Amino acid sequence: MEKIPILRMGRFLLVTIQVDLYDRLAENLESDLVHMVRKTGARGVLIDISAVSIIDSFMGRILGNIAMMTKVLDAETVVVGMQPAVAITLIELGLPLKGVHSALNVERGMELLRSKIALQDGESQDDDIYHSIE
Amino acid sequence: MKNESIKVFQRKKKNILELWMTNQLADQGLREDLMSNEDLRAQSEELVSAFIDTLDDVTINDGRATAFEKVLDILSGISISRAKQGYSPRETGIFVLSLKDALQQVLRDEIKDVAVLYDQSQKISKIIDSFSIETFETFIKGREEVILRQTDEISEISTPVIRVWDNIVALPIIGTLDSARTQVVMESLLQEIVETGSNIAILDISGVPTVDSLVAQHLIKTVSATRLMGAECIISGIRPEIAQTVVHLGIDLTNIITKSTLASALKAAFAMQQLEVVKRQRQNNMVVNN
Repeated sequence: MEKIPILRMGRFLLVTIQVDLYDRLAENLESDLVHMVRKTGARGVLIDISAVSIIDSFMGRILGNIAMMTKVLDAETVVVGMQPAVAITLIELGLPLKGVHSALNVERGMELLRSKIALQDGESQDDDIYHSIE
Repeated sequence: MKNESIKVFQRKKKNILELWMTNQLADQGLREDLMSNEDLRAQSEELVSAFIDTLDDVTINDGRATAFEKVLDILSGISISRAKQGYSPRETGIFVLSLKDALQQVLRDEIKDVAVLYDQSQKISKIIDSFSIETFETFIKGREEVILRQTDEISEISTPVIRVWDNIVALPIIGTLDSARTQVVMESLLQEIVETGSNIAILDISGVPTVDSLVAQHLIKTVSATRLMGAECIISGIRPEIAQTVVHLGIDLTNIITKSTLASALKAAFAMQQLEVVKRQRQNNMVVNN
């Protein structure tokens, strides 16, 4: 059975969706990802959908779910590389993907994740310490 | 037995054409600037001969007969080309209706019996009337084609995406926003965001005459789509009247960054990018120069 790989990169998890998602695959991705976040204690999840040309309402909901679930586990989700046609479709379907952060490409997505986490850590830790770790 | 008037018309074909031409040329509204007299004569001759050739005992009673197809083809061709050349409907109407005068004039000269004359001219009148209706229909169709083409052109040229700074694009919207245009605007904006890798888009609506709930809906859609792509969208150029309408209609724009002018939107965009525009100080320059 096909499986979408989840890569670990420091404190983040990286998911690149290279195939068109069918419902079963998406559901598996959802549960795998949540387990992985729990296991690794990741602080951010980055989902690259630049190769996805079709997103239906089910997929939109799965993405929203992933964002909300990881949020509960104290990790932020960023969706990157959405194609214009996909964005238009989601809007026309009335799914603005609340709770999901988006960025134009992986680089920007990483930046966004870092800044989000820095912001959260800044509340509890000393900012300088964080920067020295970086 | 062949119909009286058909015989007359076939015999007097030349006469009819001459009379028709005289009628047309005598008209005040003749547009010599749009078509030369020779072209007009050629058009008229083609139409007259097609018409007289088609006339027979059956067709003379029915102006909508399928046998007139050829005549109608010629007529619609003339009508459409006239619509595109910028003739007024009146001028095109006179073109067809003056043929009726010519035909009736010939009939009057040839048929002496008043009852027959009345009967025949009634029939001719009906046929020409149905022709003129057809002409108007195609004339309007021709005009509509022109309008449609212009609409397409306007929607194509009116959505330029401007790159104002690194990672900042702007899109001035001019004219009314309907669903079709929103689609074009959205597509070109999102495409440009992808191509330039910009993360801030400014939608300037100073050129939008009115904002009703539908237009606002379209704007909100565009903003949401840009956000989904991972870029922030600022709406600028909101005039006081538009602000008033938006509030009166109860449209919620609080989730969208709105600015009154493009300048303030740009300033906000700079702030988001952590850029700052500063005035160069004279003294510093002098120090450097020294």
